[in-house]
Amino acid sequence: MLATASQRILGQSFQNIRPAVSVLRSYSSAAKQITVRDALNSALDEEMSADPKVFLMGEEVGEYQGAYKITKGLLEKYGPERVLDTPITEAGFTGIGVGAAYYGLKPVVEFMTFNFSMQAIDHIINSAAKSNYMSAGQISVPIVFRGPNGAAAGVGAQHSQCYASWYASCPGLKVLSPYNSEDARGLLKAAIRDPDPVVFLENELLYGESFSVSDEVLDSSFCLPIGKAKIEREGKDVTITAFSKMVGYALKAAEMLEKDGIYAEVINLRSIRPLDRSTINASVRKTNRLITVEEGFPQHGVGAEICASVVEESFAYLDAPVERIAGADVPMPYAANLERLAVPQIEDIVRAAKRACYRSVPLAATA
Amino acid sequence: MALSYLRSSSSRSANLLRPLSSAASLRRPISTDTTPITIETSVPFTSHQCEAPSRSVETNPSELLTFFRDMALMRRMEIAADSLYKAKLIRGFCHLYDGQEAVAVGMEAAITKKDCIITAYRDHCTFVGRGGTLLEVFAELMGRQAGCSKGKGGSMHFYKKDSNFYGGHGIVGAQVPLGCGLAFAQKYSKDESVTFALYGDGAANQGQLFEALNISALWDLPAILVCENNHYGMGTAEWRAAKSPAYYKRGDYVPGLKVDGMDALAVKQACKFAKEHALKNGPIILEMDTYRYHGHSMSDPGSTYRTRDEISGVRQERDPIERVRKLILSHDLATEKELKDIEKEVRKEVDDAIAQAKESPMPEPSELFSNVYAKGLGAESFGADRKELRATLA
Repeated sequence: MLATASQRILGQSFQNIRPAVSVLRSYSSAAKQITVRDALNSALDEEMSADPKVFLMGEEVGEYQGAYKITKGLLEKYGPERVLDTPITEAGFTGIGVGAAYYGLKPVVEFMTFNFSMQAIDHIINSAAKSNYMSAGQISVPIVFRGPNGAAAGVGAQHSQCYASWYASCPGLKVLSPYNSEDARGLLKAAIRDPDPVVFLENELLYGESFSVSDEVLDSSFCLPIGKAKIEREGKDVTITAFSKMVGYALKAAEMLEKDGIYAEVINLRSIRPLDRSTINASVRKTNRLITVEEGFPQHGVGAEICASVVEESFAYLDAPVERIAGADVPMPYAANLERLAVPQIEDIVRAAKRACYRSVPLAATA
Repeated sequence: MALSYLRSSSSRSANLLRPLSSAASLRRPISTDTTPITIETSVPFTSHQCEAPSRSVETNPSELLTFFRDMALMRRMEIAADSLYKAKLIRGFCHLYDGQEAVAVGMEAAITKKDCIITAYRDHCTFVGRGGTLLEVFAELMGRQAGCSKGKGGSMHFYKKDSNFYGGHGIVGAQVPLGCGLAFAQKYSKDESVTFALYGDGAANQGQLFEALNISALWDLPAILVCENNHYGMGTAEWRAAKSPAYYKRGDYVPGLKVDGMDALAVKQACKFAKEHALKNGPIILEMDTYRYHGHSMSDPGSTYRTRDEISGVRQERDPIERVRKLILSHDLATEKELKDIEKEVRKEVDDAIAQAKESPMPEPSELFSNVYAKGLGAESFGADRKELRATLA
């Protein structure tokens, strides 16, 4: 069911052709379908093959084949010196990874989920992000921290937080978040090749989803630029920004809105830091309305930054207040019905878009 | 060679002769004299899970004079930094190392620049030991362009990658896993070198240290953890912070050695032993029993939690520079005057470096935005008022 949905989405984005997409189209004959999991696995495999300095480290990445099977087969292929199973000691092994990067190796450190990265956050921020600056360029840190981020299904408050806004607020880090298989391959390869510390926020629920990819995407030299958002669907009436799983929801919302004559432009951020402010602002200057969508907590979130940027750069172009759709401002509950209320749903995005287009039911005046 | 024969025969007539001859021609044979001398460390080593090395250390006149000069330089540098801080030319944090010089100097004598050193924030002398210049130190402390981190780091963030000195870290204990990571990379690259990760008695209780030690032991990393035990973690004495202040034993299954950290020769012997061990058998802990004369930092007088008698007692009985001075004099390797001349030279070097550092300008305002990334990708960055100040990162 999910696979056909994504095929439909892709079909529609092909209809709204931009020059880059047509180049892709002519490159490929028969588009192949790969899961996000396989996309990540192949990216790791190719980068490890290309550069002997790249190695993997994390809990269960080796003999267990990866807690979510992202690193499947890599221990067998590259050996225990390059695929290292660590004890459950994030502060220790993250520090070791950063130290190895200081020396010039290129570690890819996996957090089983980014919730556990909080055990090691001092090394991510103080040891990795700030070193190039504090040393005036002597100590660069070519490390990638990757793993699932945000809500899964029924895992409760301690295992569901989205860390995009925390990490993206920190200068010295680059923060990426893929949506589909093309993103997963291109952004992970870019992250591994990048000389700076990169936080790579995946999504557990997307791992099993399949997306079409062209031959170009499957080529081992494929890479996406860091800091550039992608317009997944063109539109003229309202801009919707999203990243990771919410891109899929935003695309579905755009389909529903089209039935009501509202043509939404969906921007897949891909890069949370650097944030592609120029693509976002250019889009808002065209549509005059903006909905930001994210899974994480609303306060001081990614949407807050996007809203501020648009108000600063494109205030005169706004015909409606910026709308924010985000996770509920509560720790994630367990019960399925409460969990559903705590995470954005497609209808939330649709409703906000209609509000921005003044097409919703007017609010009752409050006393 | 003839002159040194005269000297080692140590007759009073030779002493009388010395002041008449030109100091310069005498000094040259002494400072290059590598005739081996064996000297015993002040106390034997205490070991844990290993056999202690011998307390007889091989050295030579050249090395001992180098120890003296280098420690005198470090001592003078730190005292000058104290004055600069009080004159408000140095801001923020300034953690001084005077008293602990033997650790920096003894370690360098046992290793090469291919071995890595990483330490915390009391890093000025460690940096100089790795080949950093006085100008780089003072300019960095004063936030000038000629500083080793171009004024962007400050006292706690000195680095010298070309001689494998990785800083310079402000977060207590963080440098230990980082150091184990350096050791991992050395082993991965098959470089046959080791890493010395220095930390204090305060940091010794950090959980991440044990996490990193566990991994280092599991993976046989060539990591040497060096606890510079100056007995106080800021204002907290070791007995108030550690249930077991036998830091050399805290590695449990990891061997350890307790060393008189005020004896540069003992430090050298221990580091040599540790390097050989680490290359073959994985991690080892060295506990250096040392002392800092200053307080924790320039904001701390250092006498509210220690008695002045204790501080002056250590200075009298255990000062590392005095120890080497006595060795040099008792072995007739130089005269008192020659040693005093070295101290004068060193003082001048320090004064000259400070004068030069004061001439160095503060960084250009555009440096606010440099080195945020190694590869800026044309990303934007902003000043406090982003409509007023913004930059594109190269």
